[in-house]
Amino acid sequence: MTDAMTAFLEGTIRTATPLAFAALGETVVERSGIINIGLEGSVIAGALAGLIAAGHGGVWNGFAGAALGGMLVSAIFALFAVGFRSDQIITGTAVSMLALGGTGTFYRLLYGASGAALTTPTLSPTAIPFLSTIPVVGTALFAQPSVTYAVYVLIPVLWWWMYHTHAGLALRAVGENPNATIVAGISPRRVQLIAVLIGGLLGGISGGTLVLAQAGTFAEGMSAGRGFIAIAIVVLGRWRPWGVAGAALIFGAASALQYFFQALGSHLPYQLFLAFPYVLTLVALATARGRTNAPAALGQRTLQTF
Amino acid sequence: MTDDQGDGSLAKGTPVEHGALSGPDASLQLPEREMALRLDAIDKRFGATVALHGAALAVRRGTVHALLGENGAGKTTLMHVAFGMSRPDAGTVIVNGTLHQFRSPSDAITAGLGMVHQHFMLVPAMTVAENVALGGRGRLSLHDVTQRIDTVSQQYGLPIDARATIETLPVGAQQRVEILKALVRNASILILDEPTAVLTAQESRELLQQLRGFVVQGGTVVWITHKLRDALEFADEVTVLRRGETVLHANAADVNEVTLANAMLGTTWTPSSQSAALGVQVKQTVKTSVGQGEERLPTLALHGVAHHDTSPADRLTDISLTVRPGEILGIAAVEGNGQHALLRILAGRLTPTAGTVHIPPHVGFVPEDRHRDALILDYTLAENVELADLGTRRGYIPWIRSRAQATRIVEEYDVRAPGPYAAVRTLSGGNQQKFVVGRELQVGNRALVLENPTRGLDIQATADIQDHIRTARNAGAAVVVYSSDLDEILALADRVVVLYAGRLLTPAPDRDAIGRAMLGLSEQP
Amino acid sequence: MTAHLTLLADILVRATPLILTGLAVAVAFRGGVLNIGADGQLLVGATAAAWVGIVLTPTVGVIALPLALLLGAVAGGLWAFVAAYLRTRFHVLEVISTIMLNFVAVYVVSYLVRGPLQEPTHIYPQTDTIPSAAQLSRLLTSTRLHWGFILAIVLAVGIWWIIRYTAAGFRLRATGANPYAAASAGRIAIRQVTTKAFIASGMLAGLAGAIEVCGVTFALYENLSPGYGYTGIAVALLADLNPLGVIVSGILFGALESGASALQRDANVPATMATVLEATLILLVMAGAYIRARRKNSSALITPSLSITG
Repeated sequence: MTDAMTAFLEGTIRTATPLAFAALGETVVERSGIINIGLEGSVIAGALAGLIAAGHGGVWNGFAGAALGGMLVSAIFALFAVGFRSDQIITGTAVSMLALGGTGTFYRLLYGASGAALTTPTLSPTAIPFLSTIPVVGTALFAQPSVTYAVYVLIPVLWWWMYHTHAGLALRAVGENPNATIVAGISPRRVQLIAVLIGGLLGGISGGTLVLAQAGTFAEGMSAGRGFIAIAIVVLGRWRPWGVAGAALIFGAASALQYFFQALGSHLPYQLFLAFPYVLTLVALATARGRTNAPAALGQRTLQTF
Repeated sequence: MTDDQGDGSLAKGTPVEHGALSGPDASLQLPEREMALRLDAIDKRFGATVALHGAALAVRRGTVHALLGENGAGKTTLMHVAFGMSRPDAGTVIVNGTLHQFRSPSDAITAGLGMVHQHFMLVPAMTVAENVALGGRGRLSLHDVTQRIDTVSQQYGLPIDARATIETLPVGAQQRVEILKALVRNASILILDEPTAVLTAQESRELLQQLRGFVVQGGTVVWITHKLRDALEFADEVTVLRRGETVLHANAADVNEVTLANAMLGTTWTPSSQSAALGVQVKQTVKTSVGQGEERLPTLALHGVAHHDTSPADRLTDISLTVRPGEILGIAAVEGNGQHALLRILAGRLTPTAGTVHIPPHVGFVPEDRHRDALILDYTLAENVELADLGTRRGYIPWIRSRAQATRIVEEYDVRAPGPYAAVRTLSGGNQQKFVVGRELQVGNRALVLENPTRGLDIQATADIQDHIRTARNAGAAVVVYSSDLDEILALADRVVVLYAGRLLTPAPDRDAIGRAMLGLSEQP
Repeated sequence: MTAHLTLLADILVRATPLILTGLAVAVAFRGGVLNIGADGQLLVGATAAAWVGIVLTPTVGVIALPLALLLGAVAGGLWAFVAAYLRTRFHVLEVISTIMLNFVAVYVVSYLVRGPLQEPTHIYPQTDTIPSAAQLSRLLTSTRLHWGFILAIVLAVGIWWIIRYTAAGFRLRATGANPYAAASAGRIAIRQVTTKAFIASGMLAGLAGAIEVCGVTFALYENLSPGYGYTGIAVALLADLNPLGVIVSGILFGALESGASALQRDANVPATMATVLEATLILLVMAGAYIRARRKNSSALITPSLSITG
C-alpha cells in the first residue's frame, strides 16, 4: 500500500512538473491581459529544441535551447496578438498548429522520414540528502530530476516578483485596467510583450522537461495538449502562483491516479483516468466562477479608451 | 470668498465678460509668479468637431478655481490638454511659470499636476496602496507605501484605509484615493473633473473641506463642474466655457447665479426685467403645444417607471409621461442624469425594473453612437435597412425589396451615397445619420426616439436632420428628442421636460427655467 | 486519364470532411462563437454513426445510413451544446471548453473501440466494419469517392443560401458582425442566436464524422481525425467564412494534404508540412486583416470582441 502511495506521489510530482512550468508561464501572460493558447506550440517547440540542443552540449544546454525555442514561438504570437492586436484565440490556435506541424516536419527531416527515434540521455533523479528520506513523501518530493527543484524555486520567486515588485504590480494592473496604467506612465504593450516572452520561455522549458527529464526522445505531438491543460490550470489556480502550483498538482495526481488504481487491482478503463483531467477542467471552470476571478481586462484587444 | 486683491487684478464687483479670453492682455492682469496654471489660446478639433477654440484659463496659486460650462462646452477636453492626455492643435500650457509640451500624463505629473478623472482610473480588484503605488520602480514595499499614504492623508485630512480593496469602497472614498494618488506624487495643482457628480451632499461638503485644507497648505485646485451653487459656495475664482471658448473669468465673490447661468447658457436674463417684451422674446424660442392633438390617444406612455442600475447615470425614479401623435417631446438633461436609460425604455430597447410601458411594436430609435448601436459599418445600405427590427423577422429576405427600400430612403432623405450596395462605412457622418433616421422612420413611422441626433454633424446635415424630424411630426408620428444641446431641443420641441437625477421635471417653457432645472436649480418637484 | 481521376477522387475524398468542418467553423465564427471543438464533435458524430451501423442495422435495416448520418449530426450538436451551455450559464470561455471536450472525445472513442464496440476478435482497437446498409455508396467506382462529397457540397450551398437570403441567417451574421447593433437596431436576442449557431456548428462537425465513418473508413478507430477540426479553422478563415468559399478552400486543402501525402511517399517530405502551411495561411489572413484595418483606420474601440477580419 505504501509502495502504491509512494509510486502515486512520485508520478504526481513527475507529471505535474512540466504542467507547472507551462501554467506558471501562462499565469504571467494572462495576468497581463493576454490569453495565449499558442502555449502548446511553445511546449512542443521547447521539446524539439531541447532535444537538438542537448545533442550539441548536454542536458543543461538542452534546457537553454528549449527555453529559446519556446520563446521564439511565443514571439510570433506576440507579433500578432500584442503588436497587431489580432484576435488572440485564432492567433493562438494558428501558432499552436504552426509549431506542432513545424516540429513534426523538422524532426522528420532531421532524423529520417520513418521517425527513427533519436534519444538523448535524461536527467536522472537527484536525491536531496535527508529530505528524501522522509517517509512516504520523501522520495516523491525530493528524489526527482533537478529540474523539478527548479519549479520548487520558481513558485516562490514568481510569487515574490508578482506581489513585491513594482514590475509585478504593473503586470497585474495592465491585466485589470490598462487605462489606469497608462495614466501612471506604464506602457501596457511593452508589459504584455515581455509577459508573453516569459510565458514562452517557461513553456519551452516545460517541453524540455518532457524530453530531457522524462522521455529521452521526441515524438510528434508529444505535448499532448499540456499547453491547453495549463490554461485550465491557470483558471483553477486563480491566476496566483501558489494556486496554480496546487492545481498543477491536482492534474498531476489525476493522471497518476490510474497507476494507483491499477496497483490496487481496479479494472476501471484507463481512458477514464486519462480523460479525468479534462473533465476536471470543465467542472473547475464552471464552478470556479472563472470570469469573476480572471484579470478584468483578459482578452481585451483595445488598450486605451480615453 | 477670497480677499487677496492686492495685485489689482479684478476690480471688485465687476465680472469680466469676454467673447473670447485669450492673448497677452488678459494675462497681464495676473502676474506670472502668481499663476500656478495658465492655458492660452488652446485649439482642439476632433475630426470635424471643434472642441476648443482659443480657450484660456488662468489659475492663481493657492486658490480653488471652478471651471464651469454646459455639456460639450469643452471643460474636460481643456483639462485633458493640461494633463497631457491630449495634444492641443494650438496654444500654450504654462505650469508654475514654465512652458510645457506634455507628451503624456507622466510629464504632467512630473510638472506637479495631478488629475482626478470623472471615471476613476483605478484598478477595482486591487487595494488602495497598490493603486497608489502603481507606476513606481524596483522593489515594492506596500508597507512603505501605506505609511506614506497615512502621512499624506493625515496631512490633508483625507481619511482612507490603505489596505481596503477599491471595489469595496464607496464612491467618495474611491475619489479620495484618486486624490491621494496625486498628492503622494507631490502634486501641487489638483484637477478634479466633476468630483461632486457622484457624491452625496454630505460627501461633497467633506470633499470641499479637504480641498480647502490642501489649498491652505499651498496647493491649487482646478475644479470642473456644472453645478453653479457649488462653484459659488466653494470656489475663489470661476471661469466659464461655452462652446469651446472662454466667456467669463471672475472672482466668485463678484458673480452670482444669474451671471453664471447667463454666461453658461448664453442668455441675458436678469431677474428685474420681466417686461412684456422679454416675455415675447422668450416665448419665441419655444413653441408651446396649443391644444394640438391633445384629444388623440398617446402613442407612447410611461407610468411610474423606475430603473435600477449599477451605474447611477442610468437610474430612473417614478417617470410618467405621454407622447401624442404629431408632437415632438424634447428631453433636456445634463449628461448622466438617466436620459440614456429613459430613451431606450421609450424605444423598447430596455425593460425597466418597475412601472408600465405602452409603446407600439415598432419604435424607431436613432442612438447617439450610430457606429456601435445603429449600423453595421461594413455592411451595405440595403443590409442595414434589413437590420431594423430583424429580431422579429421570419423567412426569406428578398434583397431586391431591401435595395428598393434603401434607394427610397436615399432619395427621400437626400443621402449622398453611391448606391444601395455601397458600404455604410463609406458615407459621411451626416449621410449615415440621415440614412439611420430614414430607416427608423420606415420601420416605425408611428413613433421615433432620437438621442443626440445631430452630434458631430456639420451645419447642413444638422439642418436636414432637424427638417426630417419635423416632417415626421407633421405626418403624425410621436417624436422624442434628446440633445445635449439645449438650443437644439428648444428649436425642435413642442414640449420640453427635464431629467435631473433620474426624475422628470416640467419647468416653465422658457430657456432659462429649463436650463436652471437641468442644473438642479429649479424649485419645482 | 485514370490516374488523373484517381488523383481528383483522392483530393475530393480528403476535401469532404474539411468542407464540413470548414462549414462548422464558418457558421460558428459568423455568429461570434469560437468553436475550436469541431474535432471532438466530429469524433462524437463518428461514434454515433458507427454505433448505428454496428448495433442498430439489424433492427432498422435500410434506413441505417440516413439514421447514422442523422444521429451523427445530433451527437455533434449535443457535444457542442455542452460547451454552449457552459458559455451562457457559467461564462466559461468556449475556446477552452471546446478544446477540453476534444480531448474527452478522443478518450471516449478509445474506450469504446477497446471495449464495448471493439471488433469481435478483440485484437485491434477498432470497431467491426459497418454493414453495407450503413455505408455511403461510391460516386466513382474503384475510387474512394463517395456520395458524402455531394452531401457536403449541397450543405455548403444550402447554408450559403440560408445565411444570405433568410432572416435567421442574417441574424446570425449580424450578431457576429456587431452584437451591439444587432441587439439595439435589430432587437435580436443575441444569446439565442449564438447558442443556435453553436449547436448548428456542432451538428455539421458531427455529420463530418458520420460521413467519414459511413463513406471512407467504414469503422471507428483511434486517430480517426488527423486534426480535421483544426484544419477546418484554416479552411474557414481562408474562405473568409463564406460557405461557398469553403468548398473551394476545402478542396484546396484536400489537394494540399493529398500532395503532402504523395510527397512523403515519393520524396520523403514530411506530410506535417501541410499543417505548417495551413497555420501560415491563417497567420497571413490575420496579417492581411491588420493591414486592411490600418488603412481603413477603423475605430478599434468599438469593434466587438470577435472580429476576425479586423
